Amino acid sequence: MAHSHSAGSSTNSERGRTQHSPEAEPPLQSNAVRLVFDDPGIRRALTRIAHEIVERNESPELLYLVAIPNGGIPLARRLKANLGEIARVEVPLGILDTTLYRDDLSARGERPLLRETEMPSGVDGRVVVLVDDVVKSGRTVRAAMDALMDFGRPRSVQLVGLVDRGHRELPIKLDYVGKNVPTSAHETVRLQAAPDASAGELEVVVAGGEAREPGERG
Amino acid sequence: MRKILIRGGRILDPSRERDEVADLLLENGSVAGSGRNLRVDGAELIDATGLWVAPGFIDLHAHLRTPGQEHKEDIASGGRAAVAGGFTAVACMANTDPVNDDPAMTDFILDRARQESPARVYPVAAATRGLKGEVMTEMSALLEAGAVAFSDDGKTIMDSGVMRRVLSYSKLVGLPIITHAEDRTLVGSGVVNEGHVSTVLGLPGNPSVAEHVHVERDVLLAELTGAHLHVGHVSTAGAIDAIRRGRERGVHVTCEVTPHHLTLTDEACLGYDTNTKVAPPLRGDADRSACRRALAEGVIDAIATDHAPHAVHEKDQEFSDAPPGMIGLETALAVVLELVRAGELSPLELVRRLATNPARVISVAGGSLHDGSAADVVLIDPERRWRYDPAKGYSKSRNSPWAGVELTGRAVATFVGGRLAFQLERGVLLP
Amino acid sequence: MIGQDLLGMEQLSREQIGRILHTAERMQEVGAREVKKVPTLRGRTIVNLFFEASTRTKASFEIAGKRLSADVVNFTPSTSSMKKAESILDTARTLDAMDPDCVVVRHAVAGVPHRIAQVLTAPVVNAGDGAHEHPTQALLDLLTVKQAKGRIDGLSVTIIGDVLHSRVARSNIYGFTKMGAEVRVAGPPTLIPKGIERLGVKAFTNLEQALIGADVVMALRIQNERLAGSHVPSVREYAATFGLDRTRLQYAKEDAIVMHPGPVNRGVELSQELVDHRPSVILDQVRNGVALRMAVLYLITGRPHASVQAEEG
Repeated sequence: MAHSHSAGSSTNSERGRTQHSPEAEPPLQSNAVRLVFDDPGIRRALTRIAHEIVERNESPELLYLVAIPNGGIPLARRLKANLGEIARVEVPLGILDTTLYRDDLSARGERPLLRETEMPSGVDGRVVVLVDDVVKSGRTVRAAMDALMDFGRPRSVQLVGLVDRGHRELPIKLDYVGKNVPTSAHETVRLQAAPDASAGELEVVVAGGEAREPGERG
Repeated sequence: MRKILIRGGRILDPSRERDEVADLLLENGSVAGSGRNLRVDGAELIDATGLWVAPGFIDLHAHLRTPGQEHKEDIASGGRAAVAGGFTAVACMANTDPVNDDPAMTDFILDRARQESPARVYPVAAATRGLKGEVMTEMSALLEAGAVAFSDDGKTIMDSGVMRRVLSYSKLVGLPIITHAEDRTLVGSGVVNEGHVSTVLGLPGNPSVAEHVHVERDVLLAELTGAHLHVGHVSTAGAIDAIRRGRERGVHVTCEVTPHHLTLTDEACLGYDTNTKVAPPLRGDADRSACRRALAEGVIDAIATDHAPHAVHEKDQEFSDAPPGMIGLETALAVVLELVRAGELSPLELVRRLATNPARVISVAGGSLHDGSAADVVLIDPERRWRYDPAKGYSKSRNSPWAGVELTGRAVATFVGGRLAFQLERGVLLP
Repeated sequence: MIGQDLLGMEQLSREQIGRILHTAERMQEVGAREVKKVPTLRGRTIVNLFFEASTRTKASFEIAGKRLSADVVNFTPSTSSMKKAESILDTARTLDAMDPDCVVVRHAVAGVPHRIAQVLTAPVVNAGDGAHEHPTQALLDLLTVKQAKGRIDGLSVTIIGDVLHSRVARSNIYGFTKMGAEVRVAGPPTLIPKGIERLGVKAFTNLEQALIGADVVMALRIQNERLAGSHVPSVREYAATFGLDRTRLQYAKEDAIVMHPGPVNRGVELSQELVDHRPSVILDQVRNGVALRMAVLYLITGRPHASVQAEEG
């Protein structure tokens, strides 16, 4: 079954579930849902990104894929597989929940549910490639970098975002982008299981006109 | 001298089994007559339409904290609280500092009362010296000084031999021994009724059997000695049963119950409000029901407040450390009217238990509106709604679980010896 | 739950307990890192208001707060039964004026955290009040069981000892029954409150019977005062009738785990051999205590946000 995805455009929204609750998000109810990235498109993008990563990094044995839950996880897995094929290298895959490093924890009624963190490899000296599904304000990435620093001293940190939807609030730039999707601030963008698809198929949809959900982040 | 005509009220005089709308005339400090549509020249008229007219209440059990603890209450403030609550007389307990176990002390209290209290004050002297439960007090001298009964209330006479002799000796003076019946060794460190509530609260429990055991003992000793035993603040079905059986055998035993034991249960303690901490503790539902039934049946003779003032900072402590007790003179009427509204007591029967029977227990005048009796009268508005704010009351203390509660029923005027001592609109009136 | 007091297990819903346990499991991972610190509660002030002495619980809360980057302040008012320097509520009011973000309270008398919570704006965590409740202990016990057994629903839990005076027992009774376990208590009749069945447990005065089929056996500490003759004639008699050893443990399930809130009276509640080795999970309990307290502090520290207060629950 497809991996679970968070509601809203961000991986770190309030209703995010851990990767161990494998129910996919139901499709959004709004009338104005548009598909901006189908599964074949996503696969192609991830293949291209894997190539770009190998191009940019002389020593692929130093790579360390770190996924930001929940959306980053299936993407990082595919990237790991791709890198394995292209560069014949076994890249370690970590999962790093950024909730405890968020800057907006006091502005809400409930503390968000924490997600799994699993870092099988040390971070020192590694080229960490952060993987997130949708990047918007850049705050999640900022939190991820703070978290990463607590694990050690990476040689460098690069960032993969499947979708860049703009509206940055911090000076965060993506090193590898799947697709740029211009949106207005109140739309929601999310990675979800493709409905009536076989296991593992993903898609990115934009839902227009919905009020901004609490917990929506980018 | 002053003539006061109270017109059109519902006269409730248990001494004459009288419950009817009529006028009541007070003259020269006594009841001078009663009838319908009385015409009296030169009389001050008081319209009592819609009100009950009853003999002033007599509280068998109050703590006026004088001498020694005047920060909690004194005879002046206690007396005012009394008349504001419809009480024209209060029997005050001896657990003061120093203890009232001496004729000079009894004298002092009466003297103070004469000067400062708008209500009559009847001192209850200690049964044993210093309330130590060892050596009995000079009952004869104390009677002469003005004591109306003896009690170690606050403490219990644990030694049964001493209790027997105290009861026996009391026959010399013919005054009742009022008990605070609790086997201290069973109470232990208990601060709340032992039961589901004490388990949930995590506080040490005081089992109802602690009261029952001592009441059985005291009833048997009263039987043995022929003395008059008056059981203070009874709270358990077991104790009530012991009293009923004793009476059936001819033992001279009377008893009283508090407004809180008639209406609250230990569930009121959930939340740890120290104003619900009282001795004996608020009991479970079954005991409360037993108290109400016994009161209605007449097994319990009187309602007494056990008015126990404590300063705010004293109650503002951990539940275990806070002193037990609640004030009650100003709320008693409203609280016990609940029993009338529930149909368990008629207004006449309520008045009997608030005035007539208490007078009988301590053998003082009162509880009656017949011609010639002292004009101790209370006018009651049973429908009057009010919110109780202890800070605005006459007692110096505020420890009441009814603080902030909407109550129904209130004394609107109180006469002591024919003098208007309290009127709701004007407050307590001092001579 | 932000800004909500944690005064006892009695008020928690199953859902809330689940949420706390889930969060604690995540916090365990933080404790396994080399740098055991996250910035989550940076700039927050947590006050440990301990009227009753306690080294382990206080240390556990302190470590938990510090791992979340909070400023932890220990406040130990004089508990001399002679004149107290300040009344409890005055202490609380003074503290309130200093604007803490969370106050952890422990007191030897039940009900004190409730009174303090009425005065404080900040949320109050009950770290143990008299014989009433010790919610974080029960929560860490639930966590320990959940991880050892994979679930709590349907398990059989036996609690042995002085239930009458034990806040750990009460909190665990609420916690385990809410999460679907069957709870039995066993102890001398003088130490089992009358009517304890009303809390949904079965009471036994025979230990072997109470152990039959148990998945979890929890021994409570028995205080010396009780052993000295007031409720139980002697230590020897208590150990002989209710002390848990391997022989007695055989009545429980083969894979039963043994728990104890600590500190253990070796040879009294638990035989020597049961304390240090499996099936004892006592050290796991201690370890889980920090993660659990981190979870609680994470979830409740702070003022409830005015506009989103409706989301609480």
